[in-house]
Amino acid sequence: MHDFVVVWSERALLLRGLGNTILLSLAATIVAFALGALVAVVLMSSKPYRRLFAGFVDVMRCVPFLLFAYIVYYGLPSLGLNLDNWSAGLAALTIYNTAYMAEILRGAWLAQPVDPIDAGYAFGFTGLGHFRRIVLPPLLLSAAPVVGNQIIQIVKDSAFLTVIALPELTHAASSIQSRHYIPFAAFITAVLLYWTLCLVIEACVGCFGRLAEARR
Amino acid sequence: MSTADILAILQGAVTTASLSGVAILLGLPLGLLLALTRWAKVPIVAPLVALYVSILRATPLVTLLLLLFFALPNLGVPIGAVSAAVLALTMNTAAFNCEVWRAGLVNFPKDQYEAAQSVGMRAGLRLRTIVLPQVVRTCLPGLVNEMSLLIKVTPVLAVVGVVDITRAAVRIGAESYEPLPPFLLALAVYLPIVYALVSLQRLTERRLARAEAA
Repeated sequence: MHDFVVVWSERALLLRGLGNTILLSLAATIVAFALGALVAVVLMSSKPYRRLFAGFVDVMRCVPFLLFAYIVYYGLPSLGLNLDNWSAGLAALTIYNTAYMAEILRGAWLAQPVDPIDAGYAFGFTGLGHFRRIVLPPLLLSAAPVVGNQIIQIVKDSAFLTVIALPELTHAASSIQSRHYIPFAAFITAVLLYWTLCLVIEACVGCFGRLAEARR
Repeated sequence: MSTADILAILQGAVTTASLSGVAILLGLPLGLLLALTRWAKVPIVAPLVALYVSILRATPLVTLLLLLFFALPNLGVPIGAVSAAVLALTMNTAAFNCEVWRAGLVNFPKDQYEAAQSVGMRAGLRLRTIVLPQVVRTCLPGLVNEMSLLIKVTPVLAVVGVVDITRAAVRIGAESYEPLPPFLLALAVYLPIVYALVSLQRLTERRLARAEAA
């Protein structure tokens, strides 16, 4: 019990870690979703560079995230691109999940009925306007549960960034454990905080699902 | 990169493959066992399993691994890096497999189950001869998907000092001050492994779709 008192006395550090985890995940989610939507548009089009993007998505889905983060942080400087750990971590998290978001949206898009999409063209919507006004709204509602799972995945991936010394939640727990040698209390607290975070995300997705149900 | 470096990364690949192999072999039946307790609504155990699965699915593998590696010796259970790695991978994959198995069990046609009951089959026999052969087939794509996810989190094992593909590549990069070539070689080792599993998943999905259509 005494160990948890020590963790409580270090709550500022832990909360800063939690804040950074939330910040990283939120930023990566928003940007990856926006970029993923654009990539999905390309994947569904018949543009000649479509194959390039399909290749990007396929490769990303086969690469372990940690290795990708290492390549961005340690590998890119050999090519003359130096990033600090924050930009490298955020870039890795965002680019990696862009591929997953694109694949999720593409899958949901394929399952959509074609009539409203064709009707949109018939009413003179084209390109991005057509995507934003006609395709995206029902797509968002039907893909919400899977996107929710991916957001949880982003939160969990952000923990890997502890290896490039990003001060997120797992990193904070590690430093508390090494400072006071209370591994169980420090890491179990981190686990419970991650769990809470995921329950909150699941609750938000649930609300979204009810909204989708009401609009049907 | 010298030949020795390439061999070191391949040696790491053997470690990655064998540790994930052990975790998969342990995690498949363990996940089924967890799913069965929830399916049979075993009192006390079923809600505990639900709690376990919910927490484990939300916990990043790094955090779980650090917890096991540092906390177990502290609580009087001596554990090495490799055992902690296998334990963490198995705990993690069992929770995800449990959900796949459970979905298969929940969707199992009730009429068949009741038919087996009505001809007087006992629970164990029903499970072994009627339920499992069919559930294994419907769950296979989901289980293979979980295997490819498992391979993709194994680089985390390097954090506690297991010399897997990623750690071998990091070490070579740190010694030669040229991290990019060993990382790209590591990438080239991971890609076919994960790609093979993803293809296997698609194949099992297609076979299942064809079997259902027929």
